[in-house]
Amino acid sequence: MTRENMTDEASSPADGGDPTTDEMLVETSPTAGVSESDSGTAGGSRTLVEARNVNVWYDDDQALNDISLEIPENRVTAMIGPSGCGKSTFLRCINRMNDLIDAARVEGDLFLRNKNVYDDDVDPVALRRRVGMVFQKPNPFPKSIYDNVAYGLEIQDKEGDYDEIVERSLKRAALWDEVEDQLDESGLELSGGQQQRLCIARAIAPDPEVLLMDEPASALDPVATSKIEDLISELAEEYTVVIVTHNMQQAARISDKTAVFLTGGELVEFGDTQKIFENPDSQRVEDYITGKFG
Amino acid sequence: MSTDSLTQDLTQRTENSSRELLARAFFFGCAFLSIVTTISIAVLLVTEAAKFFSITAPLVGVEGETATIAEFLTGTEWRPNFTPHEFGVLPLVSATLMITFGSALIALPLGVATAIYLSEYASERARSFLKPALEILAGVPTVIYGFFALMYITPALSTIFPDISFFNLLSASIVVGIMIIPMVASISEDAMSAVPDDLRQAGYGMGATKFDVSVGVVLPAATSGVVASFILALSRAIGETMAVTIAAGSQANMLNPLNPLGYFESGMPMTAAMVQLLHGDITGGGLAYRSLFAIGLTLFVITLAMNIVSDLVAARYREEYE
Repeated sequence: MTRENMTDEASSPADGGDPTTDEMLVETSPTAGVSESDSGTAGGSRTLVEARNVNVWYDDDQALNDISLEIPENRVTAMIGPSGCGKSTFLRCINRMNDLIDAARVEGDLFLRNKNVYDDDVDPVALRRRVGMVFQKPNPFPKSIYDNVAYGLEIQDKEGDYDEIVERSLKRAALWDEVEDQLDESGLELSGGQQQRLCIARAIAPDPEVLLMDEPASALDPVATSKIEDLISELAEEYTVVIVTHNMQQAARISDKTAVFLTGGELVEFGDTQKIFENPDSQRVEDYITGKFG
Repeated sequence: MSTDSLTQDLTQRTENSSRELLARAFFFGCAFLSIVTTISIAVLLVTEAAKFFSITAPLVGVEGETATIAEFLTGTEWRPNFTPHEFGVLPLVSATLMITFGSALIALPLGVATAIYLSEYASERARSFLKPALEILAGVPTVIYGFFALMYITPALSTIFPDISFFNLLSASIVVGIMIIPMVASISEDAMSAVPDDLRQAGYGMGATKFDVSVGVVLPAATSGVVASFILALSRAIGETMAVTIAAGSQANMLNPLNPLGYFESGMPMTAAMVQLLHGDITGGGLAYRSLFAIGLTLFVITLAMNIVSDLVAARYREEYE
């Protein structure tokens, strides 16, 4: 599949005006999996993040090879692929976390709405305030639960009722009921799954536009994983979620769009999740998904 | 291999072979030596100091001149070599406290700032210069620091404060402060470097600046190590001898530790008093000689208490990652 084709498909606004599709978008339920969502689910949404010919090198090793894709607003877009395929690297391009790695070099254009985030006048700190991130391993600060969630508000000097924002964020992260009586206790006292939901609450408290999640459930047990998955689907109502996962079933369950990266930092196929899992264009993708490779 | 020799191989005892036992005894001996030394010093201090106080002297069979504990702990005059003898330790304790406080005021902020720079800001290149420089600073003999204080710091101070004494606590505080910066910086830096990178990533991912991450995330996460470095450095400042003896002088003035003007005066910290006693023509067995051990015991108790506090604080603030 050529890049042009992919771009066409991803940005095709053809069914955007279809009232039935729109209705369906609004009602995206947490349990909406492949079977319920139509192939057109992501079609009606505007593009929020667009990568054009993004290449990344770590010293002389190319980690991403000419990636172009468009991530729709208020949808869950999954990045899947074997280890070392560059999916996390791509995620870290979106909020310029790769800037922190001396050896990393990024080329190409990456737009958040209409602004190329790699323009010289873009401040990566300001960018990261609009693009939240949840990491593979839960990494709450050694502070109280309250202070963890309020952290983003504090460093940004945000106006507003912090108590209320903290409560709302914890509720949205489905953690409030479990911690409402222990907000002053250390975030490190929580279980792994709770810590990860705390990290999600922390990421959404300053109200970012995009939420990047780098294998957010890979360090968690199945029950905690399922909670996080339910949560991700709910979060897509308000945020644009980009999630890296090595769990293909997880991608199939929770995402609207899926990008398949294969070895060498190559984006092999990008499209509606249902199509990728049921009828991929590329034989390599089919082999990967059916477990013949990777 | 026959069954017999296999059984023999499997059942031979290496654990209690003579070589293993010898090695174990040797390593134990080395470890035990430091305990024996510590205990010996404590016992020596206590028994000798006991001869000084009137309440304990009969217990150790010493007769003759003694001082009361109240006299020692609350007396405001220190005059061991001239009659009438006065053995009030307060002037010495007050000078020690003032120097410790003054040096802390200099060393703690500078040491932590240095640690933050080394751990969070410095490039590999900058670190490769700075770390060895700090280690050299820590390795300079303290007599040279004392000399430096007397020859450079005091003259510089006297151009700013013309009324300052030639021997003064300010100069001593500054030089001890400089002396303990490497200790604060190095231990704090170790603690900050040990903070998991995940936390920095989390901070940056939230849109934190380098300053936000260094001061708001890494430093609090390293609290236990940083506080431990403070207390160890303060213990060092309290016990510091050579530099303060040279810079602060040997006049046991009773200074009010809460009055900053006292820093312009000369004073005699506990360690300097001990040096003076050792240099004086005191005879073994006299009261002045025994007062040496009373001061030594006081110092020992103070630093021991600080080490215990350090351990408690470190345990209290230690964050367990995983």
